[in-house]
Amino acid sequence: MSKITPVLLLVAAVVFAAAPFVINGAPPEATMGLVQKIFYFHFPAALLTLLSAIACGLASARVMFGSASSTADAVACAAAELAIVFGAIVFVTGPLWGRRAWGVWWQWDARVTSTFVMWLVFWSYLLLRRFGGAGSEKLSAAVGLFGMALAPFVYWSVNMWRTIHPPASVVPKLPVDFAIPLWLSVAAFACFYGALMMTRVSLGRAEADLNALIVEMED
Amino acid sequence: MRRTLRTAWRIARKDVVIEARSRELVYTTLFFSVACVLIFAFGLVRDGHAPEEASPAILWATIVFAGTLALGRTFERERESETLRALLLAPSERAAVYLGKLAGLLLLMAGVEITVLLLVGLLFSAPLLRAPWLLAGLLATGTLGFACVGTLFAAMLMRARSRDVLLPVVLFPIVIPVVIAGVRGTAAIFAAEADLPTALMWLGMLVFFDAVFVTLALWTFGPVMSEG
Repeated sequence: MSKITPVLLLVAAVVFAAAPFVINGAPPEATMGLVQKIFYFHFPAALLTLLSAIACGLASARVMFGSASSTADAVACAAAELAIVFGAIVFVTGPLWGRRAWGVWWQWDARVTSTFVMWLVFWSYLLLRRFGGAGSEKLSAAVGLFGMALAPFVYWSVNMWRTIHPPASVVPKLPVDFAIPLWLSVAAFACFYGALMMTRVSLGRAEADLNALIVEMED
Repeated sequence: MRRTLRTAWRIARKDVVIEARSRELVYTTLFFSVACVLIFAFGLVRDGHAPEEASPAILWATIVFAGTLALGRTFERERESETLRALLLAPSERAAVYLGKLAGLLLLMAGVEITVLLLVGLLFSAPLLRAPWLLAGLLATGTLGFACVGTLFAAMLMRARSRDVLLPVVLFPIVIPVVIAGVRGTAAIFAAEADLPTALMWLGMLVFFDAVFVTLALWTFGPVMSEG
């Protein structure tokens, strides 16, 4: 485990512990009321899902076109798994918010649909890795690249189509009272994400080293 | 470039000749498509009428299912006789192999689509001749988007375990945007009051998806097909 991982975990724990108080202190939103506070968890999780897709795609490109690197492969795998985990948070918090805002748990909105499709691509990445047999790292890297290609569609979907999902432009325009708890929450999620990523990457590299040793012993 | 296209043409012609002799894929895929449309018809038609919005979804779902079936079998044939390895060992660019296989699949899918279109028109009273060129454009670009990703993944999964299961698992999520654009564009043409500007917008979207997917597929085919 990297030395920085416990530090990140500690910072994440402290900020997560403080977040409910800061979020509670933020003024209630005029139309949504208490339910709007889901946003402080939904947005950071969505941001990190998108970041994971890009990280997986870039690491996959390295796996495919660069020299053989167990780190790149471990990063791609870790990013795909984190896309699933943080995507799950998005798809739990989103419907909770949607039920109050739109009156339905699920809406076939451009942003919701494109995020869901991207999430499915990373599920298929992991399924291919798990059940594809020997050499599936390179095959799944191609899936990772296609997953990354969907990320811009997810980001711009709210601008390209008429959707009922709030556009990305609302975040920079948030009043300070709302922005402080939001960015605090983003910081907590980012530290937690960093710790998970580093732990998973070191585990992936250890797995690769062990597999290499087994192959060497068998030869 | 010219050499690549000539090699691709030869590979496509090889696939067409094999198919013309055996007719295995044409018969099985066509029969599967007809069965698929009929299952949808039995599921959706009530009192002799199908829901208005059903025909575009049936058309595209059948194309995707039939295309997946054809993709699996095309490459299974190459795997059985180890001929893809021979193609990859030939002194030609990997892109030529990919383009040749893609062209062969596109020809097969075009044949299937004509049959499915006629069936959907007949069974669901879809107005096929309302904007024929636009409909043809949607089908051509949609099929290219599906087939370019499908050819890449079907080829690379030849070395994978559980390839029959993994092909749709990997392919469907990636081609969902293409299917959405195809269905929405076709629905705009088939609607009681046709909305051709919307259909044109979805056609533009499909062209964009095709450009992204073909570029990515051409870029990745060589590395994923190498043994190392």
